[in-house]
Amino acid sequence: MKDILSILSPEERAAFSLCALYEDAGYKKYRMSKFEEYALYVQNKDFLVSENVITFTDTDGKLLALKPDVTLSIIKNSRPQDGVMKVYYKENVYRVSKGTKSFKELMQAGLECLGDVTTDTVIEVLSLAARSLDAISEENVLEISHLDIVSGVLSALSVSEEGKREILMHLGEKNESGVRAVAQREGLSEQNASLICRLVTVYGAPKEVLPALSAFAITEELSAAIAVLEEIVRGLSEEGLSDRLIIDFSVVNDMNYYNGIAFKGFVRGIPVGVLSGGEYDGLLKKMQKNEKGIGFAVYLDELSRLEEVKGAEK
Amino acid sequence: MKPMLNIALPKGRLGEKVYAMFEKAGFGCPSILEESRKLIFENAEAGVRYFWVKPSDVAIYVERGAADIGVAGKDILLEYTPDVYELLDLKLGKCSMCVAAKKGFSDDRNRTLTVATKFTNIAKAHYAAEGRDIDIIHLNGSIEIAPILGLSDVIVDIVETGTTLKENDLEVVERFVPISARLIANKSGFKFKTERIEQLRKSLAKLVEEI
Repeated sequence: MKDILSILSPEERAAFSLCALYEDAGYKKYRMSKFEEYALYVQNKDFLVSENVITFTDTDGKLLALKPDVTLSIIKNSRPQDGVMKVYYKENVYRVSKGTKSFKELMQAGLECLGDVTTDTVIEVLSLAARSLDAISEENVLEISHLDIVSGVLSALSVSEEGKREILMHLGEKNESGVRAVAQREGLSEQNASLICRLVTVYGAPKEVLPALSAFAITEELSAAIAVLEEIVRGLSEEGLSDRLIIDFSVVNDMNYYNGIAFKGFVRGIPVGVLSGGEYDGLLKKMQKNEKGIGFAVYLDELSRLEEVKGAEK
Repeated sequence: MKPMLNIALPKGRLGEKVYAMFEKAGFGCPSILEESRKLIFENAEAGVRYFWVKPSDVAIYVERGAADIGVAGKDILLEYTPDVYELLDLKLGKCSMCVAAKKGFSDDRNRTLTVATKFTNIAKAHYAAEGRDIDIIHLNGSIEIAPILGLSDVIVDIVETGTTLKENDLEVVERFVPISARLIANKSGFKFKTERIEQLRKSLAKLVEEI
């Protein structure tokens, strides 16, 4: 008989090995209904990767949507509890593809931690993110940023809201000249403009980047955020996961929803990030939940281009 | 052997200038200068592979990972907002994104302004920021003709010297974004070829300063 794994596509194999990985780590599978009330997405439109949502009217007249996102549903249905709720999922979501401008069904796997999230929880989630990348391909990079360092530097130098928005955009592009132009327009001194530009130029392996971060420690909050980043890197090093780790402040997420650690995963041969995640206390606050949250998603549809998925070898 | 660095360059005069800079930066590929209709050129020793593509397509090749890096105009980056890194302003091909109209044109805010342009998204964003109600007519070329024939009130286009405008009795109403050629990189490609791309960026940055 044919090996049963050989009939699976690379994304299906990856999906199974990821689910096994999360299950082993003690996460519970989260099942959700295909549909969600449209109102959930309207209220949190900016959190969604694409604004468009497939909607239809249910038999009772309620406007429903095919879910474009999993995190919002998990948060909505979470109940306050002691400790941390740890769940994982493998679900289809419906989003507009940039190329065809039409809806596509995409498979996502990922996990969420809600509740009393501590630095140890963050380290655990990052280590699972690193292991997820390992399950997809040996040649991978996990880049992490601490959004509080970025926003802390901009706030400490009294950059306007409009200026912040533009600097974050240019930071995401690694566009040093763009960042400098905004900083100068904001009337910052040469020294302060250069400090902001260092958010673009300081990146790389933790052992090179961490010593350079002291330049950003201009307030107590910033020193605290840097200490957290150091603690996280130490935790990941202890698990032997620091060799493919990169600290890079160009990982930017919408600051209205995200804070703290943000991260993205890449594997060689796939032109876009295959994993994306971070802490989202802002989103929880908006949804009137008095807890903290962190999670990530793996974009399995991207993996169809990857010929060899390590999970199948097992 | 070094891993291949795939570079997409815009066909035409700008691309040739850019290639000259890349060559000076130590990323030469002699076969590219030979007269031929080939579009792909490789220098295995130096680990570079160049391809000539339509200028407006460079960003697509880079975003989709067919090229690790490339050179594209800021106009294209603003219009298509590809998800790429913008590593350096090469300060070549300088011009501005402008609003132009027939000489003596004055905007009547009482009615919808019709705008002819190749750069639909840029025009939309520009007028949205001003709160101006507009109608867009998307054209692919010879934009200057639109106000003359009464097809549109104004045009939004890139203007270098303004000669074409002058010869068609048009004038610049407003210059709103400076444009120049940018070195761009695929986000994933950059992670796995960081050292070489950074080496190229640094050499190019030195050359830009010398200009």
